[in-house]
Amino acid sequence: MIPSFAWRNLWRNKLRSSIIIAAVTLGIFAGIFLTAFTKGMINSRIQSIISTEMSHIQIHQPGFLDNDQFSILIQNADSIVNLVRKTPGVVASSKRIIINSMVASAETGTGVKIIGIDPVNERKVTDLSSKIITGKYIDSTDRNPVVISEQLAQKLKVSVKNKIIITVQDINKNITGGAFRVVGTYRTDNIMFDEANIFVRGTDLSRLTGLNGNEAHEIAILLNTNETFDVTKTLSGEFPNLEVKSWQQLSPEAGYLVSAMNQYMFIFIIVILIALCFGIINTMLMVIMERIHELGMLMAIGMNRMRVFTMIMLETVYLSLTGGITGLILGYAAIRYFEKAGINLYFWKEAFSEIGYSSFIYPVVDSKTMVVTAILVIIAGVISALYPAYKALKLNPSEAIRTQ
Amino acid sequence: MNIIEIKDLFKVYDEKSLPIHAVNGVNLTIQAGEFTAIVGPSGSGKTTLLNIVGGLDDPTSGDVIIDGVNINELSSRQKTDFRMRNIGFVFQAYNLIPVFTSQENVEFIMHLQGKPKEERENRTKEMLEAVGLGDRMNSRPNKLSGGQQQRVAVARALASKPKFILADEPTANLDSKSTENLLEIMEKLNSEENITFIFSTHDQRVVNKAKRVITLQDGAIISDISK
Repeated sequence: MIPSFAWRNLWRNKLRSSIIIAAVTLGIFAGIFLTAFTKGMINSRIQSIISTEMSHIQIHQPGFLDNDQFSILIQNADSIVNLVRKTPGVVASSKRIIINSMVASAETGTGVKIIGIDPVNERKVTDLSSKIITGKYIDSTDRNPVVISEQLAQKLKVSVKNKIIITVQDINKNITGGAFRVVGTYRTDNIMFDEANIFVRGTDLSRLTGLNGNEAHEIAILLNTNETFDVTKTLSGEFPNLEVKSWQQLSPEAGYLVSAMNQYMFIFIIVILIALCFGIINTMLMVIMERIHELGMLMAIGMNRMRVFTMIMLETVYLSLTGGITGLILGYAAIRYFEKAGINLYFWKEAFSEIGYSSFIYPVVDSKTMVVTAILVIIAGVISALYPAYKALKLNPSEAIRTQ
Repeated sequence: MNIIEIKDLFKVYDEKSLPIHAVNGVNLTIQAGEFTAIVGPSGSGKTTLLNIVGGLDDPTSGDVIIDGVNINELSSRQKTDFRMRNIGFVFQAYNLIPVFTSQENVEFIMHLQGKPKEERENRTKEMLEAVGLGDRMNSRPNKLSGGQQQRVAVARALASKPKFILADEPTANLDSKSTENLLEIMEKLNSEENITFIFSTHDQRVVNKAKRVITLQDGAIISDISK
């Protein structure tokens, strides 16, 4: 009867209860929606790191990652690529030749990272081929094709079909160069990546630098999951003389993003709840002030202090939970909707792109956040209930009953 | 059989500055089945005396023994429990729980007492019928007249089978017809069921019906007349 009594008491002043429930609803909605939004943003960044820039796992000769030295090559790269492909969990792998060097057009020149790829395998590992906005992706028919970013094309003042000169150092440390024709331009969500990377056929780059075609600086591997631990371990065992690193190891800041975001959002939700606690406490103190006479009567007829305390606690918890659950349901519904529809922040596209983020964000439902939020709402409700319930506990029935 | 024994009861407020003797040396015995009115002008100490007898207030000195139990010796928790099991209260302002129906209001104390559902329901029906409100079981207080609300309050007070009913000015907010009606019901319960009623009142109609009238003045009994 006490739970039912408490629930009915909640609706004695419908307007007041509705206002505080709406505040809790809004707070919780904001908390979980923003968490989902941020998670969506970070997921998209991580996905872009994996699918466009880095792949899941990379294999290098030890030392290459430290100074990008041309001579630090993986020998017999083709057989390693084939072996890697047979590892469980691996979807695709591709070898790359990477040279930091100069590229020049008739107008100007700039320093870039030249990536020599195997066009057929690279398509399976990264999605750069889907980022082409003019022209086409590298295939095996053209002569010396190069794909550069739209950003770089503007900087070099070139367009599709124009030639650019790539200057590199060959295997004998002689400066050599070659003319490459721009076959396509690409655009990713990361301006810094776009400005720095150009793609040519690996065989063309090998020929230019005097390699025999079976070497690589990097082997990029795509997995069927973002969880890289097991495959990284297997490959490290399989190729003990090579350096096998996951995207989390290669780009630790991306890994930190997730845990940092989780912490920020946790703090954010706690701050919201603390603010809501004050609102709830205020409401419940008003409730007690208004009902002193009735509480005195209840104590007089035999409702002991523990039951009065429980009733006030329950009223407060119901108040918080009603708002909290409504907020969670609305938040969940909104997230599920935008998970498919996406949120297009096109007016901040440039700004997002500068820091490597897509302006099209798909919020991600995180069941853990929902559960943690629900638990925090209950805790906040109980904490908010303590002071008002304590005030009720301290009432003297004979004095309370005289209060009008 | 003595149901209440009050011995040398004093209640002094504001002892440090100007002491007010709200109850000033009351000695009183109430027998089971009495229909007693405590009268006196405002400030004579009627409500204070009733609060002390009901265990809602502590005396400055003296003893209140109810059915052999000295309630001054009980802890706050024990007193609440004692009230719930032994004393029925009827207040001037009815004091029903607004969110409960008549039935739930009457059932509430039995629920606190942990009585089984069937017993609660039967007793509630019986009590509401006894006060003539068998057809208003599902009405909330705001749908009842003042007289009807006070009858529900009497049913509530009786539901827990208390040893006596303390009614603090029960007719103060009622019109004559409702007062008449309420008094008839209480008189009937007293004569037929031998239920003990103790009223504090200003109302001459209540005084006329009472079988014993105790008059208080300045916290002391100045007359005690049994009819």
